[in-house]
Amino acid sequence: MKSIRVRYFAMFREAAGIDEETVELEAATTADVFEQLRHRHGSSEPPAHCKVAVNDAMANWQTPVADGDTVLLFPPVAGG
Amino acid sequence: MFAINDTPIDPSELRRHMAEPAAGGFCVFEGWVRNENDDRPVERLEYEAYAPLCVVEGEAVLEEARQRFGILDARCQHRTGLLEIGDCAVWIGVAAAHRDEAFKACRYIIDEIKVRLPIWKKEHYVDGPSEWVNCERCGKHQVARPSD
Repeated sequence: MKSIRVRYFAMFREAAGIDEETVELEAATTADVFEQLRHRHGSSEPPAHCKVAVNDAMANWQTPVADGDTVLLFPPVAGG
Repeated sequence: MFAINDTPIDPSELRRHMAEPAAGGFCVFEGWVRNENDDRPVERLEYEAYAPLCVVEGEAVLEEARQRFGILDARCQHRTGLLEIGDCAVWIGVAAAHRDEAFKACRYIIDEIKVRLPIWKKEHYVDGPSEWVNCERCGKHQVARPSD
């Protein structure tokens, strides 16, 4: 098990009802984190529509996660 | 220079910093808050952003524009917080020797910013509850419940 700090943004934060949490997960990649926390962020979006960052660096859904990492889950963006 | 914050955008102030003797063309794009979207009347917009990564990614976009189009300077400022109809949500300025590269770089910057930066927009409608733009499948109501 890995201890992962997860941060939720915008509609993910509203669905989760919290800004962040630390969870214990069997997760190899960011995609695993996203899938295992669907009950939290409440999204049926495919990961490809969303973005992810690890430890304040933009990542992708194949990026490995390590014990102690912070994973930022970004819903579909809409800037401009 | 890329900036994102909750203070009103001042186009004349931003433009002043871009005076460049070698520039023969200056192109600006301003994104404004519109009073409707998909035929629904909009009352105001709310922008949320993860600023630390917006700055990193925003600076990367500006640098890409400089490399691709050989422009002299590019700046961008984006708003967060609550915006009213007509407010400026994003400002992009590009100075270049000639107009062609100024137009192209300006277009490149706004297109990339819209799809790459961690920014979210919530529309507050005149006739119903607010909704996050581009997130039709987000939200708890979409999750299959054990009783379903």
